[in-house]
Amino acid sequence: MTFSDYLLLFGGMGLATYLPRALPLLYLAHKKMPQWLIDWLSLIPVAILSALIAPSLLTDAATRSFAFGKLELLVAIPTLLFSLKTKSLGGTVLMGMLLYWLGGMVWG
Amino acid sequence: MTQDQKQTLRQGAAAAWPICLGYFPIGLALGVLAQKAGLPWWAVAMMSVMVFAGSAQFICVAMIAAGASTPAIILTTFVVNLRHVLMSSALAVYLQGINRKFLALYAYGVTDESFAVNLTKFRAGNWGRWQALIVNHMANSVWILATICGALIGQFVPQGAFGVDYALTGMFICLLVFQLQGRIYIITGILAAGLSTLWYLLIPGDSYIVGASMSAATIGYLLKKRYRRSQ
Repeated sequence: MTFSDYLLLFGGMGLATYLPRALPLLYLAHKKMPQWLIDWLSLIPVAILSALIAPSLLTDAATRSFAFGKLELLVAIPTLLFSLKTKSLGGTVLMGMLLYWLGGMVWG
Repeated sequence: MTQDQKQTLRQGAAAAWPICLGYFPIGLALGVLAQKAGLPWWAVAMMSVMVFAGSAQFICVAMIAAGASTPAIILTTFVVNLRHVLMSSALAVYLQGINRKFLALYAYGVTDESFAVNLTKFRAGNWGRWQALIVNHMANSVWILATICGALIGQFVPQGAFGVDYALTGMFICLLVFQLQGRIYIITGILAAGLSTLWYLLIPGDSYIVGASMSAATIGYLLKKRYRRSQ
């Protein structure tokens, strides 16, 4: 691929990435939002975080099938308890990494 | 720089480091794959600057390797990134009335990770748009750097050292915990976890993130409304 091929491809991808991020922000930040929308949007973060994490812990990506007891899931439980207890983002990240690292050595 | 600006920068950096830590190994891996797919390092740099979207970039590299057409790759990118419509909408609640120039710049850096960190901070209060913008751009800088490193020297870096592959999962778990500020949030989270897993297993593609989170938020909203009315 030449420079202009890449420019066309990444330019198109850039727009396809930027517009979904920019348009809602540009529109909604200057509009009086109805209360039901604010209430609904307040539930979006928890829902989206759950939807991002759960499949990665409970399924096998290669076969796209249910997988119970993956190392990712086993590590997630103490990591979750640690974050409930400490409420520390940095500490939780490091604790998760440590457990995953050790688990990888034990599990192989 | 004034004392205030330094303070803002420090706060932004303190919030951004878990994202940066998580981005580095993923960016390296992307660079390695891109290099294997035949992309020169400058094309990798160009992609990370023009398209700051990790999962879409991975898919793009895979599609280039498979010989997909440019329109097909662009369309796939659009579909994969539709979830950011929801994230930007949720952020708009905290960026009311901010000038459009700032918003146009801010929107560039809205990723799953920066969204999760900034929204949590905004909700806790004591968080401003400049700190949030610093989070976005620090994450972006590390991402660009990591993907270029991956393309140049990635194949010499050992994989998975110190469990760094778990950094973003750990971060998301903790940010999820921060969101659980009442029964309705816990119910919505559990619904989203169940729905997204089922959706992921039953329906091909990436619609599970948007589909499950919108459904769970809607059910949660209706439950809350009904509960309020019954009181």
